[in-house]
Amino acid sequence: MTALPPPSPRKLGLVIDLDTCVGCQACVVACKGWNTENYGAPLSDLDPYGASPEGTFLNRVHAYECTPKDAPAQIVHFPRSCLHCEDAPCVTVCPTGASYKRAEDGIVLVNEDACMGCGLCAWACPYGAREMDAVAGVMKKCTLCVDRIGNENLPEEDRIPACVRTCPTGARHFGDLGDPDSAVSLLVAERGGLDLMPELGTRPVNKYLPPRPKDRAPTPPPLDTVAETPKGFLGWLDRALAALPGA
Amino acid sequence: MHPAPSLILFSSLTGLGLGLLAWLAVLGLASPPLWALGLVLAGAGFLASTRHLRRPSRAILAFTQWRTSWLSREAILAILALATLTLHGALLILRDQSPALLGALAAAIALTTVLATSMIYAQLRSVPRWHHWSTPALFLALGLAGGALLAAPRPVALAFLATALVLQLLHWHQGRTAFARAGSTLSTATGLKGEVRSFAPPHTGPNYLLREMVHVVARRRAAQLRLLTILLAFALPALLLVPDLRLLAAATHLAGVLCSRWLFFAEAEHTVGLYYGAR
Ligand code: SF4
Ligand code: SF4
Repeated sequence: MTALPPPSPRKLGLVIDLDTCVGCQACVVACKGWNTENYGAPLSDLDPYGASPEGTFLNRVHAYECTPKDAPAQIVHFPRSCLHCEDAPCVTVCPTGASYKRAEDGIVLVNEDACMGCGLCAWACPYGAREMDAVAGVMKKCTLCVDRIGNENLPEEDRIPACVRTCPTGARHFGDLGDPDSAVSLLVAERGGLDLMPELGTRPVNKYLPPRPKDRAPTPPPLDTVAETPKGFLGWLDRALAALPGA
Repeated sequence: MHPAPSLILFSSLTGLGLGLLAWLAVLGLASPPLWALGLVLAGAGFLASTRHLRRPSRAILAFTQWRTSWLSREAILAILALATLTLHGALLILRDQSPALLGALAAAIALTTVLATSMIYAQLRSVPRWHHWSTPALFLALGLAGGALLAAPRPVALAFLATALVLQLLHWHQGRTAFARAGSTLSTATGLKGEVRSFAPPHTGPNYLLREMVHVVARRRAAQLRLLTILLAFALPALLLVPDLRLLAAATHLAGVLCSRWLFFAEAEHTVGLYYGAR
């Protein structure tokens, strides 16, 4: 059913630290790898070794130049993936019931066997978090690695999304944002975690931690002024030379 | 948004077909060629829409989610509309009479189908230009005007044509400021303060999102297409009504509606474009 379930106390999601992310794309590769080898249709590539390669990705890392007021510009790396919204418009528009929000933990998923590939859910998502796979013809999106997080066959430390597990700088955090005392919730409270496009009313579960204000180098003391008009003996000499014909 | 030919054809043909059938049903006209034309237009439109699906074999499931999904509602309404209209038309033509109530019901379902089609677009907050009451109003008005050109008395047809023109102009007018009114910017999209600019995209190649939702090329000839829409969809059909050239008027009108629908998609900007520094 594409009706949204009543809000669950458990809200699994990601917290992404824009201060720490260095844009190395490791999460993109880990995501593509895991989600191609495991649950659901593989994430296809078109023309992978040709002139115009492209593919399906559930996570894409942008780079932005951000110029705060009265501070020098800085580069911010920005991973973009499904935010597992509480009011997910992508779910309610789905005509087949393929898209759904899991009642127990709020993860937004697609039942690929029921998807007719109409693409309406991708239109409804304001964040571009859904991509139709060019080969499989079904809708793909971040599953929060449902096949890892509860997978008893994996060692304990691997039971988190592949992107979180792989991030070399610890910029990605996974947890229960419905529990105000969880590590992720405390992190969001401490760092002022933000919703993306809150004006659209989707109420994302995932939060983004804004870059910390950068240290400012102290303003360098002004250099000694170079005398433009010579004074004293040099001044007399200069004026005398200027008075000669041809100067 | 990408102006997919299957969607442009679908919405234009079903709009005209269902509009015509609604008029025939309400007026109780027993004209076999007009009924056939209406059913063929609507049927062809619905067939065109399945061209848009990547997995059409699963389309049967689209009848299940009417509680939340306008696309599902549209699918169910379309079948109901075609069934009641066919019954009413058949009774009118074969038996020379059919209950007026059945006609009214069939027409109401036909128009609700057009409304459902328009709501698929109007419900999307991610596309501010569509998220406005003028979207369903325009779709309904165009369907009714097109149908009236073929089936309604001349003054009625002219009145509906004029109404549709006003709504078309209004829809264009609100569209110019829709994105700004919605308030989404690269700053709200990223949560970054200050001046934000896209520095590098995630990948150098194209992708589904850009092709489907940031289709800029199609907008290039917007001014010309607006003019064509006004001429073909409204001005010429009105002139052609004077010598009562109904079929020609409707054909010209359809050509104009196709231009209008192309613009409807091509000019619609999706919020995901913000992330790519484009719209
Ligand atoms: S980010 Fe997009 S795909 Fe994910 S839940 Fe929200 S609207 Fe749906
Ligand atoms: S593409 Fe698939 S999941 Fe998305 S709305 Fe259509 S049927 Fe539902």
